Amino acid sequence: MTVSVPLWPAVLGRFGWQDLPFVRAWENPTISEIIGAFAGALVVVGAIIVAALLTRYGKWRYLWTEWLTSLDHKKIGIMYIVVAFVMLSRALVEAVLMRMQQAVAIENPGFLSPDHFGQLFSTHGSIMIFFMAMPFLTGMINYVLPLQIGARDMAFPWANSIALWLTIGAAGLMMASLVVGEFSTGGWSGYPPYTERTFSPGVGVDYWIWAVTLGSIGSTMAGINIACTVYKLRAPGMRFMRMQMFAWTSLCTSILMIFAMPPLTVATLLLALDRYLGFHFFTNDLGGNMMNYANMFWLFGHPEVYILILPAFGVYSEVVSTFSTKDLYGYTSLVIATMAIAVLSFTVWVHHFFTMGQSANVNAAFGIATMTIGVPTGVKIYDWIWTMFRGEVRFTVPMLYALAFMMTFVLGGFTGIILAMPPLDYLVHNTLFLVAHFHNMLIPGLLYGMLAGYHYWFPKAFGFRLDERWGRIAFTCWVVGFYLAFFPLYVLGASGMARRTQAIFEPSFRPWLYVAGVGAFVLLAALTSLGIQLWVSIRDRAKTRVEAGDPWDGRGLEWSVSAPPPEYNFAVLPLIDGRNPFYDHKHDEGQPDPYASPAAYEDIVMPRGSATSVVIGLVAAVAAFGLIWEIWGLTIVALQVIVAAVVLRSFGRDQHRTIPAAEVAREHEAWLTRVRATPAIPRQLETAAVNRGLAEIVA
Amino acid sequence: MSEPELAHAGLNLGDTGALTQDQAENAIFGFWIFLMSDAVIFALLFATYGTMIASTVGGPTPASEFKLLPAFVETLLLLTSSATFGRATIAMKYDEPRRVLFGWLGATLGLGLVFLAFEANDFATMFAHGAYPMRSGFLSSFFALVGLHGLHVAVACFWLVVMVGQVCAYGLDARVRINLLRLGLFWHLLDIVWIAIFSVVYLQGNIG
Repeated sequence: MTVSVPLWPAVLGRFGWQDLPFVRAWENPTISEIIGAFAGALVVVGAIIVAALLTRYGKWRYLWTEWLTSLDHKKIGIMYIVVAFVMLSRALVEAVLMRMQQAVAIENPGFLSPDHFGQLFSTHGSIMIFFMAMPFLTGMINYVLPLQIGARDMAFPWANSIALWLTIGAAGLMMASLVVGEFSTGGWSGYPPYTERTFSPGVGVDYWIWAVTLGSIGSTMAGINIACTVYKLRAPGMRFMRMQMFAWTSLCTSILMIFAMPPLTVATLLLALDRYLGFHFFTNDLGGNMMNYANMFWLFGHPEVYILILPAFGVYSEVVSTFSTKDLYGYTSLVIATMAIAVLSFTVWVHHFFTMGQSANVNAAFGIATMTIGVPTGVKIYDWIWTMFRGEVRFTVPMLYALAFMMTFVLGGFTGIILAMPPLDYLVHNTLFLVAHFHNMLIPGLLYGMLAGYHYWFPKAFGFRLDERWGRIAFTCWVVGFYLAFFPLYVLGASGMARRTQAIFEPSFRPWLYVAGVGAFVLLAALTSLGIQLWVSIRDRAKTRVEAGDPWDGRGLEWSVSAPPPEYNFAVLPLIDGRNPFYDHKHDEGQPDPYASPAAYEDIVMPRGSATSVVIGLVAAVAAFGLIWEIWGLTIVALQVIVAAVVLRSFGRDQHRTIPAAEVAREHEAWLTRVRATPAIPRQLETAAVNRGLAEIVA
Repeated sequence: MSEPELAHAGLNLGDTGALTQDQAENAIFGFWIFLMSDAVIFALLFATYGTMIASTVGGPTPASEFKLLPAFVETLLLLTSSATFGRATIAMKYDEPRRVLFGWLGATLGLGLVFLAFEANDFATMFAHGAYPMRSGFLSSFFALVGLHGLHVAVACFWLVVMVGQVCAYGLDARVRINLLRLGLFWHLLDIVWIAIFSVVYLQGNIG
């Protein structure tokens, strides 16, 4: 922990020269400090390079008007996912550093100071949950959901944009902590009393508090928006039991967000009251009770697990059904299972702190509730297996992820049952066994799912397919890397190695830590392969264009429009008459031709772009920055700007533009003409260059 | 699909003006969901208060600090303000003369501000007794719960002023109507939360 002398408290608050990692590295050139300075420099140089490139190619205006201020749910979705990939890169590199430290720090101090190591595991966890997983799934829901339910946008496009920009602002705070100051060493869960001012006086915990608070408010808004979209904006005839599974899991996720994000906001804000104003919610003295924090944090934290996993379940349902060329097996049971998981997820939070001292009966109740969740999850796994059974399974990249998920996730589920038994949990609590378990759940249950969705819907979003070969290489690395990096941790955890350990004094752990270290590098190779894949795919995009919009012989409505879809999604809102309307219309005799010209077009009203949402999100981060550094004036001004922006927007009128029916007709008819000129291809050729996005219909 | 008669909970504006059923339905429904998440926040603060009520650490206790009379007056003020807001919404629904609408909205704002003044006075009295939030866990949780409610009322008062400005600027167009309906829901929620505060905090403090 650095203690620096404030330079100019009236204006710069707590800031002193030693808050810059470069100065720290200059004064104390250890490897640990130099890595910190290097990371800070990377953020600064990266920002400068991006800005320079934008200026060089004159893209600022384009970026501002077409993307940053856009209220189009598809662009907002893509921006969320860009944020997720940037943050994934950082957090993965941090994971590699931690694995390296543990591999060399056996009876040896290693190369990272304990404080630096503490910051690494705190940022790694916080980023992976709040700034990788959450933006990734929110972005994917944003992009896909309105297309799947036949809507033209989300219910509240402006709030959608604010939610995005609050997330970006919060992610910006995470990045700022690399350049100015330090980050919390209290882990991603930030347990007090350690995170109280008495024990963590620096700016680190404040960075954590405000980044997480802004992120949680953004996620609450996103949840309200998603739920309202599903409830109110379904196309005519789209009954609940006709929705695609991804729409169902999005709905359940959004309900969880609405109920589970506020407890996190309350927990972090009460901690902030303790730290800033000397309240006694979670302190050791004067009646504080840190168990309240643990309860509130995990009242958020456990539903959060299902917020993360349910969208991936939705992706797998789509992928398995599409690539098995079969209807989803047990649709109704999947819907019930998803809802059951959503409800049960609120009844298990105590299993995160069995050892905290509540009575054995309380632990037993929560242990049983925890095991109960395995039942609906098992239903889902069986449903996917039955979907594949006697199907024509095509082993594309998304399908490979789905298969790897099913096997890996079940293994993680078994270790979850072990942890759900309080007596066993006492033995492995706070060890690497737990770390192995939740990575075993979240890597297949979130990351593989999001990557499967990324490969599956990428052609829809950008009009060309991702490179299949590099996709397979990346897939192999993600799977092999996962097993190498995390299965040794089960052994280490069961042998008693505590999590978050900076130095190890047990030589027999060495081989397992080496294997885990190799695994971390394989995972890094996986991420690099994804980068190469994107590069190769963009380079060769002329060969993989799928403008007709249906590269995988898809089932949901999203495949019935062009790739990329027009701003208004549907030239004419579809009438839904079944569970797979697009697929059935394509394949069944006597059904209306999905590529027929509609009888009539209508004017379409779409929201204009808005700068106020960008301002609100980013200025909220500025207000938080002021709070972190105790630059009170900055915070007050920033809050006033936010209020002014909200009021200004509420006084605005003329925030929509009308796209005339003639223009819609011209665009849509032009696309239909091109579709009719597109060769239809059989499924066996879908990864070949001839796939232009039109599926061959075998009678 | 046939249009349902009462498409959204709350005062229905169907067939009474510029507002289409669809617009009102989505906007009001979304706001109900928001109120639900806000209610979760209050629920957690109530739970926190419940766990910390005994954590007085030798300092002020509920019995020594909570006066029933001002709390009762505050309750009456808020309940009356909900009634006046309801009357304002009816004035909006039936396009009564503008001064009627402004009159009822003004009365609501006045009652809200008097409530805040009473609450500020309560807090000042407690501070003068040495009952400030840094004193004990009990007082921390009290000030967080009741203070957050007061903050909500203050925000609602500010919002009301903004809405009066919008009525002046645009008359009762669709968005103004939707936002007045939302503000009404918000105001009534604060009323409900206050009733819980009155029961859980003030009554329990005096009786228990």
